Amino acid sequence: MNVPRSWNRLPNVAADKVHALTERLFSLPESLPKPLLAHGNGRSYGDVCLTEQGTLLLTRGLDRFISFDPQHGVLRCEAGVTLAEILALVVPQGWFLPCTPGTRLATVGGAVANDVHGKNHHAVGSFGHHVRALELWRSDGSVIECRPEDDKVWFSATVGGLGLTGLIRWVELKLMPIQNPWMWVESQRFTNLDEFWVLNRQAETHWPYTVAWIDCLAKGKDRGRGILLSAQHASAQAELPTFKEGRKRILINPPFSLVNNLSLRAFNALYYRQPVKPQGALTHYVPYFYPLDAIQDWNRIYGQRGFYQYQCVIPPREAEAAIAALLDTIAKRGEGSFLAVLKTFGSTPSLGMLSFARPGTTLALDFPNRGDKTLRLLEELDAIVREAGGTLYPGKDARMPASLFQSGFPQWEAFSEYVDPGFSSRFWQRVTL
Amino acid sequence: MNSLKRVIIFGATSAIAEQTARQLVAQGASLYCVGRNNNKLSALIDDLKVRARDQQHIEGCVADLTDTSRHAQLIEAAHQMLGGIDGVLIAHGTLPNQQACQADTELTRQEIETNALSVINLLTLLANHMEKQQSGVIAVISSVAGDRGRQSNYVYGAAKGMVTLFLQGLRNRLAKANVDVVTIKPGFVDTPMTAEFNKKGPLWAKPEQIAKGIVNAMQKGKGEVYLPWFWWGIMLIIKHIPENIFKRMSL
Repeated sequence: MNVPRSWNRLPNVAADKVHALTERLFSLPESLPKPLLAHGNGRSYGDVCLTEQGTLLLTRGLDRFISFDPQHGVLRCEAGVTLAEILALVVPQGWFLPCTPGTRLATVGGAVANDVHGKNHHAVGSFGHHVRALELWRSDGSVIECRPEDDKVWFSATVGGLGLTGLIRWVELKLMPIQNPWMWVESQRFTNLDEFWVLNRQAETHWPYTVAWIDCLAKGKDRGRGILLSAQHASAQAELPTFKEGRKRILINPPFSLVNNLSLRAFNALYYRQPVKPQGALTHYVPYFYPLDAIQDWNRIYGQRGFYQYQCVIPPREAEAAIAALLDTIAKRGEGSFLAVLKTFGSTPSLGMLSFARPGTTLALDFPNRGDKTLRLLEELDAIVREAGGTLYPGKDARMPASLFQSGFPQWEAFSEYVDPGFSSRFWQRVTL
Repeated sequence: MNSLKRVIIFGATSAIAEQTARQLVAQGASLYCVGRNNNKLSALIDDLKVRARDQQHIEGCVADLTDTSRHAQLIEAAHQMLGGIDGVLIAHGTLPNQQACQADTELTRQEIETNALSVINLLTLLANHMEKQQSGVIAVISSVAGDRGRQSNYVYGAAKGMVTLFLQGLRNRLAKANVDVVTIKPGFVDTPMTAEFNKKGPLWAKPEQIAKGIVNAMQKGKGEVYLPWFWWGIMLIIKHIPENIFKRMSL
């Protein structure tokens, strides 16, 4: 069996055993080494989905729907169902996921365990806000049905709980009604970071979905230039275009990263200058929400050494200064990624004890792994984040220091009461040293 | 082209059958599903019901198919529920532990019961039913293992070989009644049945791929079908190795 990895292929650790689950009323062989950890479709980064000893329980075999109420948009399904499979079922029936991350290839269990967020966080909160119930299996064989109303504690431990409270067997979601699978999208260029804040504030008051692409290498007066994308679900249209899904695949495994200073500088310069559509245009939901899913195995472009994904959140008061400082540091180093994303979160508190999304601004980008150089850069960024009272996203992290995790997630000790004694992850071991 | 709007699946909770069921439902089928395990069968039926549209009906019955006394009643119930039988898929089976069978005649007998005799019992009843109907398609999952006996799995191979041979005769008989008989011969498939194997390499197929081939073969009323297709070539070679060379090999 292939060793399951996380999406950025770092860290390179393997569990002692890998056990594929095929039904939700499973029983485990006695001989499986502890600790256990669920592994869905490996779209998280770093080591929240990896263990160094013990057993990885593969959940993609839990891929069945349990019930769907098409009148009220309530769906219950096993935790190994991917968001793509959910959308394939519900979109033709006029429903959508109220909150979706940047890939539809994550499992619904993974989405709950990381309490993922999307471009509409400021309007609807995070994934956990749309979960009506979930079923949690514990290693002692007990099963807990968790709902936000009745059983607040287990629910808030498991949402965002990184798979540590046990194995999620099924999830029940409340979906959002839509008229058609299209989005109305407007894009605007902004010439620097100051302009971003102004445009973004305006956009958020009118649009449910907002996100900005940033040129992470731009310096000086161009620092933080980029493109702001604002969107909403298209209203009922008399005529709709046809949509055909393109699929490309990265077939090769380059020995070095294709993303480097030269390629990035060139790409960013061109991308920034693309024609924008302030008057708006219809875009199908697939390329709007999931542009990278179309390029299968895109993680390979970073080469054999993999890459680090760095996503931080900075509280509102410090955001302007800290984001500027982060961009200065990154641009000075000349490292970064094509996809650098900037977004402001809304003020609805997240439901999980370890939820990442909170009021403030989030910046996300990749760095090709150049060994120590990259780790030093990330430490410099950590210092800025820490100073500003921010933190990093566990679902994307391969190396944050324990202190930064603990300061950013003050409920971590209370949370540890709910960690299943038979479960752990390399992430958890690393940040609770 | 055979219409596949009303289909019975025996062994419906097996990985290949589950994927086949999903694809049939996506194409508008109503299904009668038989499986041994109540939990697995309920989970399967719930899933298929979510995927189905209003006009489609999905039902099932828990049964151990080695209890051949139940076969007639199952077929009758299916016919009642579906209102006719467009297609049947027989997908139940076990993978015997060859070493254990070598040491145990009773175990060997049971494996042949499960993988050959219970299948033949079903086929005998179904053949008469479909012959009267003068339409439809019967598909059975056999195996490449049934093409030639080899030391590592010849109890399984013998059982599947018996099924393959029986189906040849049935195909011959039922052709005159406008009923197609499809023999599905999968190679290595990544399912719970093969959990013990080290599954690296391009020879290992996913249940979804096999399912696609089964639906296609049933629609087109094909005869013997290797899935994926390249097993035809592999088995052609294997079948033609002279016996006094083959007996010295360790396949």
